[in-house]
Amino acid sequence: MLRYTLKRLLSLAISLAVASVVIFVAIEVVPGDPASYMLGINARPDTVAALREELGLNMSPPERYIAWVGGLLQGDFGTSYTYRTPVAEMISERLWVSLPLALFALALSTLVAFPAGIIAATRRGSKWDLGIMGVTQLGIAVPNFWFAMLMVLVFAINLRWFSAGGFPGWDEGLFAGLKALLLPAVSLALPQASILARVMRSALLDTLDEDFIRTARAKGLTRRQVLRRHALRNALIPVLTIIGLQFSFLLAGAIIIENVFFLPGLGRLVFQSISARDLIVVESVVMLLVFAVVVVNFAVDLAYAAIDPRLRKRR
Amino acid sequence: MKGRISRSLWLGAALTLAFVGAALLSFVWTPHDFAAMDIPNKLQPPSAVHWFGTDHFGRDIFSMVMVGARTSIAVALVAVGIGMALGVPLGLAAAARSGGLLDEVIMRANDLVFAFPALLIAILITAVFGASAVNAIIAIGIFNIPVFARLTRGGALSLWKREYILAARVSGKGAARISFEHILPNIANLLIVQGTIQFSLGILAEAGLSYVGLGAQPPTPSWGRMLADAQTLIGLAPHIAIFPGLAIVFTVLGLNLMGDGLRDLLDPRLRRART
Repeated sequence: MLRYTLKRLLSLAISLAVASVVIFVAIEVVPGDPASYMLGINARPDTVAALREELGLNMSPPERYIAWVGGLLQGDFGTSYTYRTPVAEMISERLWVSLPLALFALALSTLVAFPAGIIAATRRGSKWDLGIMGVTQLGIAVPNFWFAMLMVLVFAINLRWFSAGGFPGWDEGLFAGLKALLLPAVSLALPQASILARVMRSALLDTLDEDFIRTARAKGLTRRQVLRRHALRNALIPVLTIIGLQFSFLLAGAIIIENVFFLPGLGRLVFQSISARDLIVVESVVMLLVFAVVVVNFAVDLAYAAIDPRLRKRR
Repeated sequence: MKGRISRSLWLGAALTLAFVGAALLSFVWTPHDFAAMDIPNKLQPPSAVHWFGTDHFGRDIFSMVMVGARTSIAVALVAVGIGMALGVPLGLAAAARSGGLLDEVIMRANDLVFAFPALLIAILITAVFGASAVNAIIAIGIFNIPVFARLTRGGALSLWKREYILAARVSGKGAARISFEHILPNIANLLIVQGTIQFSLGILAEAGLSYVGLGAQPPTPSWGRMLADAQTLIGLAPHIAIFPGLAIVFTVLGLNLMGDGLRDLLDPRLRRART
């Protein structure tokens, strides 16, 4: 296990290093001069020169890259040009919206998908199965931002149960915060839950076909006991992988959903920075999101190997 | 034994054909000029004249949905094409040199691309080059490359162990020739099915990107942008949000059903596993 962990840790480090180079090159080298890009074509030459100085653009690209990564490692994400505040501060503020939103959606999706997948698999071919499969087929096809708009129409505009957007802040209490995040989380969770329920169902169907399940039944366990002790445990392996992969979709999906509900999260920060041409913020937030995706997948790989010892050897 | 054509395949193919047909038809005919503004008749509900009603500029939503199909289908199709054109050869090469340095480099590069969700790629591209339909295509296309590379490599690896491949090697064929003459035709099924699924994901991605303003720019009509325009008016005139959304749902649903049906038809062994 230690060897496997070290090997995966090395590949994690390489992935992050290459990703940071890609992001750096895309944002700071490809556009030519980031300073004149950020200020637009009407900027006075001395303003551009001042910004170049401020951004350290007078250094060579490799020097700038090292300075950027060195800063990131120490928690220094640079200073936003438009807001004049440290990017790290802006990110940590908005993380308090984006992270709870992603986790809320993940929890909702898992809570719905597990029972749905189990019911569909154990009652295969029944009306329940057909119904669940039909709903999930639809859930995959619905764009989550459109679903979000429909929910705003029904629950905020017509029924007035929720506000149509915005976030009161956690200072208003846990309930107010969760209430503001409920509609966004449901719309994020819908497609994920549909995919997860289908994966759960097919993983469980595969497992229920195995010889050891028949053996367990033959030795006198009830269907429920077999399901709980043998089938579910084995079916969880592919399901766990999908949950890990979904985290990256949740992060990316949150970027769009935050815009539907005007939530002050990382996603809105990215779009505001793009329209303000604040490359420093875009660069750091994208790096942070990639970091999160890579680390979560790493954690899932480890969990996977911990559950299934066969995997440690195979790689 | 081949499976029979299932109901989901019929339904999926019918839905897909309807939207492809609408997109093609829009080149020669739409009920109204999709760009013609008619402010006095803005936000009209559906009627005999305007089947899906009119938007905030009085434009005919039915015509816009038809022309929007063109944008969505073109973007998704080209993006799948990019993914296949680059991903399949990479996957074939990785499988042919399995375990070697080339394989390792290709697979690690794939892992890396997987760390960037399509939306992040799009954000990077638009932050630098600005938003456009072409940049949306590139972003979705890049995201598709590792999907096809992995699938191809996996399928090809299992074929390399077959006896007829060994026979081809004995007869003196090189790895590249074997890959294209023997491996590729045998994994075509897999690629077609995955292609349909990526096509539907591409349509969803294009809609999402256009919705947040990173995709097709005005005046190109696009379902995602129609929804973005509709957002502030949804309370006044729900129909302007409902019809473009339904267009997306039915197109994606059609492609997914077709993908499932094709997989069942082409590979009956997989039938039970996922339906």
